[in-house]
Amino acid sequence: MSQIAAPPDPQPTAEPARDAPLGTRPVPAADAAERSAERRPEPVIEFRDLHFYYSAFRAVKNINISIEPRKITALIGPSGCGKSTLLRTINRMNDLIPGIRTEGAVLYHGENLYDRDVDPVEVRRRIGMVFQKPNPFPKSIYDNVAFGPRVTGYDGNLDELVESSLRRAAIWDEVKDKLKQSGLALSGGQQQRLCIARAIATSPDVILMDEPCSALDPRSTLQIEDLMAELKQNYTIVIVTHNMQQAARASDYTVFMNMDEDRAGYVVEQDATIEIFTNPREQMTEDYVSGRFG
Amino acid sequence: MSLGSTVATRAVVNRSLRSSGTDWRGLAFQAVLLLSLLFALATLAVLVIDIVSRGLPVLAERGGDFLTSNLSSRAGSAGIWQGIYGSLLIAIFVAVFAIPIGVMTAVYLEEYATDGRLTRFITVNIRNLAGVPSVVYGLLGLAVFVPLTQTIGGGTGRSILSASITLACLVLPIVIITSSEALRAVPGALREAGYGVGASRWQVTRSLVLPAAIPGILTGTILSISRALGESAPLIVIGASYTFFSTGQQDAISQLFGSFTALPVIVFGWSSRPETDFRALTAATIIALLGVTLAANTIAIYLRNRFELKW
Repeated sequence: MSQIAAPPDPQPTAEPARDAPLGTRPVPAADAAERSAERRPEPVIEFRDLHFYYSAFRAVKNINISIEPRKITALIGPSGCGKSTLLRTINRMNDLIPGIRTEGAVLYHGENLYDRDVDPVEVRRRIGMVFQKPNPFPKSIYDNVAFGPRVTGYDGNLDELVESSLRRAAIWDEVKDKLKQSGLALSGGQQQRLCIARAIATSPDVILMDEPCSALDPRSTLQIEDLMAELKQNYTIVIVTHNMQQAARASDYTVFMNMDEDRAGYVVEQDATIEIFTNPREQMTEDYVSGRFG
Repeated sequence: MSLGSTVATRAVVNRSLRSSGTDWRGLAFQAVLLLSLLFALATLAVLVIDIVSRGLPVLAERGGDFLTSNLSSRAGSAGIWQGIYGSLLIAIFVAVFAIPIGVMTAVYLEEYATDGRLTRFITVNIRNLAGVPSVVYGLLGLAVFVPLTQTIGGGTGRSILSASITLACLVLPIVIITSSEALRAVPGALREAGYGVGASRWQVTRSLVLPAAIPGILTGTILSISRALGESAPLIVIGASYTFFSTGQQDAISQLFGSFTALPVIVFGWSSRPETDFRALTAATIIALLGVTLAANTIAIYLRNRFELKW
């Protein structure tokens, strides 16, 4: 299975600061397309007019955003605005819920993840996920990390892969002497880093994180944030967070979402994190990031 | 006492913290609860004491002889070996037939089937089947499984095999329901974690969900086998014997197709005999039956604890 290969070649690096993040500056459409072709790296994930429904209820609408490679993109917004739903459309985790429907497209390296012949299992092998509550398997630390490679038919040296995954998740030193112990015996912060190691082990190039620190204490939270900064050299990270300080501290780009009157979530503004927090274009964004609502 | 006043002095607080009297209703309720518990325990105690006081002398006097002798119409030499043998074989065959089918049905209903109208219809009907009187299953066995085993193995068809299949059908709904509940109790986060690293539904079910559900499944299935161990009505309908029959020259295979009995059937048969001697024998048989059931439950608890430690 080819997805075990190393993360793809580095994309052409983004040009310096003047390079506008995607779809942010009001530029004439034709001009924008032209410029995007010459300056921006290919986005890893691109939403095209995505609408997502739970049965009759439209949970998110009109999503048109792009996710830059090897950057951390934060999704922020008030509760219930569809951040997690949007995140889960990226690895088709929503497919597990009966009665869902998608319109539009989510492109992953240009391929629509919602094409009929796309296998959601293959999608999830390339786009890893870390959940809100640390959820290690009730297995040993070693088996937690080895589970993904095993089910995807990895035929290399499993011991090495487990070690390198745990090292990348900055937890190797803490667990190297107790790999046979249950993953559930670790502390909350360690469990979450174990889950990150588990996600890394299948060699994805995108890691989705759904409020990964909301169940952790401040020290563990900082450890995870440091780890994210480390990981973005090799991975594209999309993180949902309720914590605006976290988005401000840890992310390169921020997507601010809100709920419309029909309770459907939509994107209010997307920009470099520094812009969103210091110089937002929308009043609503400013109100939110300054804590006036949500 | 209200603390609403502006000065919450120590005296005011002190008075307001003392309770205003005895809560008679609360006490009465607690007493009723306790009485209910005592009533249930007392019933059980009377039952056990009565059985033991009448049955124990037989076991003490005849000892191993009672457990290893065959059925007989003479109280002095009658034993229950054929019943123990029949009950144990039936338990094994019920497990072999009912557990795989029941667990797989539960896995399908919980992990694979979409929650549509058909699924709900099936689930409701499985629950209804669990409430069908056992004698009805006996009629099913007589009409279907007795002729079936007769065709396969010859003899009368009134055999351990047809009895086992009948009792397997009887406990199948219970196995399905308890297994479904065990599967439903597995946290969704575990499934999500599995799907999140790219496992297929089969891999998630086999490697994560089933191992997590096994303690619950084991408890449920072994309790359902205890239920099968205690059933007499369907076996009587099928034609289990409670008078003398010979198994002397038969090998194990032909015993599966020949005449048979089981402990509850012996209890039924002997308790309806006029001779007073058989009353004591009945009590002794009940002790043996309780022992077998208790053993099955002990195995269930042992297995559950063993698999839970693996977490």
